[in-house]
Amino acid sequence: MEMIKVWEIPGGVHPPENKTQSLQEPLGQIDIPPQLILPLSQHIGAPAKPVVEIGQAVLGGQVIAEADGVFSANVHAPTSGRIAAIVEHRVPHPSGMSDTCIIIDTDGEDRWVELSPWEDYASRDKSDILARIRACGIAGLGGAGFPAAVKLNPRANQTIDTLIINGTECEPYITADDILMRERADDIVAGTGILAKLLNHPARVVIGVEDNKPEAIEQLRRAAEGTEIQVVSFPTKYPSGGEKQLIQILTGREVPSGQIPATIGVVCQNVGTTAAIYRALRHGEPLVKRITTVVGESLERQRNIEVLLGTPVRYVLEQHGFDETKASRLVMGGPMMGFALPDPSVPVIKTTNCLLAPSKKELPPPEPAMACIRCGMCAEACPAELLPQQLFWYAQSEDLEKLEAHNLFDCIECGACSYVCPSHIPLVQYYRAAKGEIRQHRIDKEKSDRSRRRFEFRQERIAKEEAEKEAKRLARKQAAEEAKKKLAEQKAKQPSIVEQAKASVQAQAPDSQQQRAKLERLVASAEESLKQAQKPIDNATDEQLEKQASRIKQAELKVTEAKKKLAALSDDKPASGEAAHDPVSAAIERAKAKMTMSPEEKLRSSLESLYQRLEKAEQKVKEAEQEGSDKLDALKQGVDKLKDKIASTQSELAEITPSTVAEPTPKDPATSDDAAGAAIEKAKAKAAAMASMSAEDKLRNQLDSLGARLEKARARLAQAEQDEDENIDAFRTGVSKLEEKLSATREQLAEYE
Amino acid sequence: MLDAIAQNPIAAALVALIGLALLFGALLGFAAVRFKVEGDPIVDQIDEILPQTQCGQCGYPGCRPYAQAIANGDAINKCPPGGQTTINELADLLDVEAPTLDEEHGEESEVQTVAFIREDECIGCTKCIQACPMDAILGAAKQMHTVIADECTGCDLCVEPCPVDCIDMIPVETTIKDWKWELPATSHAQAQNLIATDLGRGQTQKTGEAA
Repeated sequence: MEMIKVWEIPGGVHPPENKTQSLQEPLGQIDIPPQLILPLSQHIGAPAKPVVEIGQAVLGGQVIAEADGVFSANVHAPTSGRIAAIVEHRVPHPSGMSDTCIIIDTDGEDRWVELSPWEDYASRDKSDILARIRACGIAGLGGAGFPAAVKLNPRANQTIDTLIINGTECEPYITADDILMRERADDIVAGTGILAKLLNHPARVVIGVEDNKPEAIEQLRRAAEGTEIQVVSFPTKYPSGGEKQLIQILTGREVPSGQIPATIGVVCQNVGTTAAIYRALRHGEPLVKRITTVVGESLERQRNIEVLLGTPVRYVLEQHGFDETKASRLVMGGPMMGFALPDPSVPVIKTTNCLLAPSKKELPPPEPAMACIRCGMCAEACPAELLPQQLFWYAQSEDLEKLEAHNLFDCIECGACSYVCPSHIPLVQYYRAAKGEIRQHRIDKEKSDRSRRRFEFRQERIAKEEAEKEAKRLARKQAAEEAKKKLAEQKAKQPSIVEQAKASVQAQAPDSQQQRAKLERLVASAEESLKQAQKPIDNATDEQLEKQASRIKQAELKVTEAKKKLAALSDDKPASGEAAHDPVSAAIERAKAKMTMSPEEKLRSSLESLYQRLEKAEQKVKEAEQEGSDKLDALKQGVDKLKDKIASTQSELAEITPSTVAEPTPKDPATSDDAAGAAIEKAKAKAAAMASMSAEDKLRNQLDSLGARLEKARARLAQAEQDEDENIDAFRTGVSKLEEKLSATREQLAEYE
Repeated sequence: MLDAIAQNPIAAALVALIGLALLFGALLGFAAVRFKVEGDPIVDQIDEILPQTQCGQCGYPGCRPYAQAIANGDAINKCPPGGQTTINELADLLDVEAPTLDEEHGEESEVQTVAFIREDECIGCTKCIQACPMDAILGAAKQMHTVIADECTGCDLCVEPCPVDCIDMIPVETTIKDWKWELPATSHAQAQNLIATDLGRGQTQKTGEAA
């Protein structure tokens, strides 16, 4: 036999193997349990998604939960039965927590779906083979439960030159792979052939087995005869079976820190997985059962059994005469890397390679930890060449940075350091806790980064919203200002009635004087030209005389016209200055009155309000008198003022009432400076006179004024006729109306007479 | 040239020195402009360590303002959500003694919480939405609101403004996914089974470690 070179790994320990107990009997079977509990997460990666309903009848081999993505695996019904529940149930996990499980009440008939065996599996397409491996839900049976199809489909840039089938099984007590290799070596070899094909026939295809399993090696060598497969045995040492350790032993290559074996061209699969892949391809069997070592001194019977996945551990133990009183604890996996089960109700899952029920003598509870004496034995034992002591210190002080710097994540948690520690320090637990802490820290960090981004984004958004609001506010303000400005401009262009009146009065004050001066000049010049025209009459021809005459007439006309205008101007004056002293405020008053009501009404209403105010003021005065307030004088003064105002308003009202009929009295231009005051005087006098006058007198008076108005109107009409004014019709109707009125008044007067 | 230098050694030295001074001055000036660092890098580093809950328990409106305050000399023990871990990290970064958490600003809670709105009782007032520094609450006026649990930092700020008190802070339960191993019990606790002298030694050793 050829000698195959093997390398040695650093560190390692030699714990008592304890493998013989379970190898006394051949691979056994147990009955189908009444209930199966199938966790959705029996592998590394995303939990599978249930595809069955409660109460649904299922057959053996039927998919009950589908893989959720690539890093996941299907779950199949191990036998026929009915879905009892999909609930949270305790699962085999160091936390002792619950996870979603599908619970099947078995019917014991073990009816199966029709499987599709491939006689010609060797000639099948690679993608078909991978699809079937995936469909059959095959996950690594060695311990971690990595979905097999993922591992067998390396990236295109990774050329695999070595395929290693791991039959090491270095952990004490466990013999599940050993018995598999002994009894089903052909399956393993056939499976290895398939894997080699999937990986494009790597240069080396090796099945590595520790030299403490001679029977297994023999069987494998027999089965592998005539194939490319090498069966390599190497010295027993824990933990040779670790993936990275085995690769180092068989190839001398080390998997870089944080990398997977494929990066150095190696793919490693467990013998159990390899056999399961063969069965899946050749017979179409999904992964629904596995070989598990049932061992421990608290059991009557210790052996390897092929057990349906989902079988409760309690059921398995019951079948092997479990004596609870003898047991120190219940361990899933081996004594080095396994974990204690809190409760035997948990099921067997894809990664359950051993159920260890040791007696108290066999595996006593861990001794209390003592202080580290810095012996350095842990560093010697570490197969990953780490510094367990340093890691221990840093884990204790939770110095996560230093832990990472000391490559904590290269620790395979094999437990060799804890095993050798003379102080019984549970080193691995420190490392596991520290790893968890670091992972949590990373998650927290990621979350806090996301939180920061969200917070900053929110701040930004709020600032932006604020800015937008501010901009809008500013825009509105500007628009308002502009609108205001425009309004002001419009007002300036088209002043309100009040302002118009104001402006016109203001314009009138100097204007009227100017006009008067102009008219006077006009009159003067007209008279002058008349004189001139009259002068040369003596010594002139008839023609000239005629011309002269017409010129004189024209001059005369002009003079009369100018005089008339002058008179008219003086006429306007008293009317405008009638209401108040100040022509401007008067104009405002008038304008306002025009807008709302007639002056008479206005005066009346103001009178009313004045009365009201007076009443109130008087009341206040009374109150003040009662209280002896020092405001009394002021109040009394206010009352007096109000009374004055009322009196003046009354007189104004009195003026206005007749003024509707009375003709505004023409006024001497000279007095027009105090026009308003004079007008008021006159109006008062007139009102008084009117009041005292008899009806007949009133009529006469009216008649006179009407006559005067008629005359004026006629004169205006004449002028309009001369000027061919547009308003000539209006003048005519005005004249005719006045004539009618005049005649009516005359008739009235006649009646009186 | 050499003659001139030999003849006027002092002048030559002066010229050389002034020349060098100008050269290096220009170099430094250029470097100051070219390699200018915007902002205060220490604030970023502090902000990086803070837990970003934006809860305001430190008395500042968010984590960054507190980072700024620390950079300006404020105490590093005002962050209850970060707890002792954050204080230790800050102490490491700033090279100061790590104080214990200032209880005035709240207690470090072991359990992480997340806001939960009892949706039947929500009246849709949007007050909690405005209060949430994470934008982790969804909803609209007169519509029921709900918390995006993954984005909630458990800062508590939404609880107070709720007019109908329909927001609870519920502890985040550890699931099998985020479960992690606990550190083993300390040697002192484990030493209960030991003989008396060993127990005493354990304590001495512990205090010795702390010192």
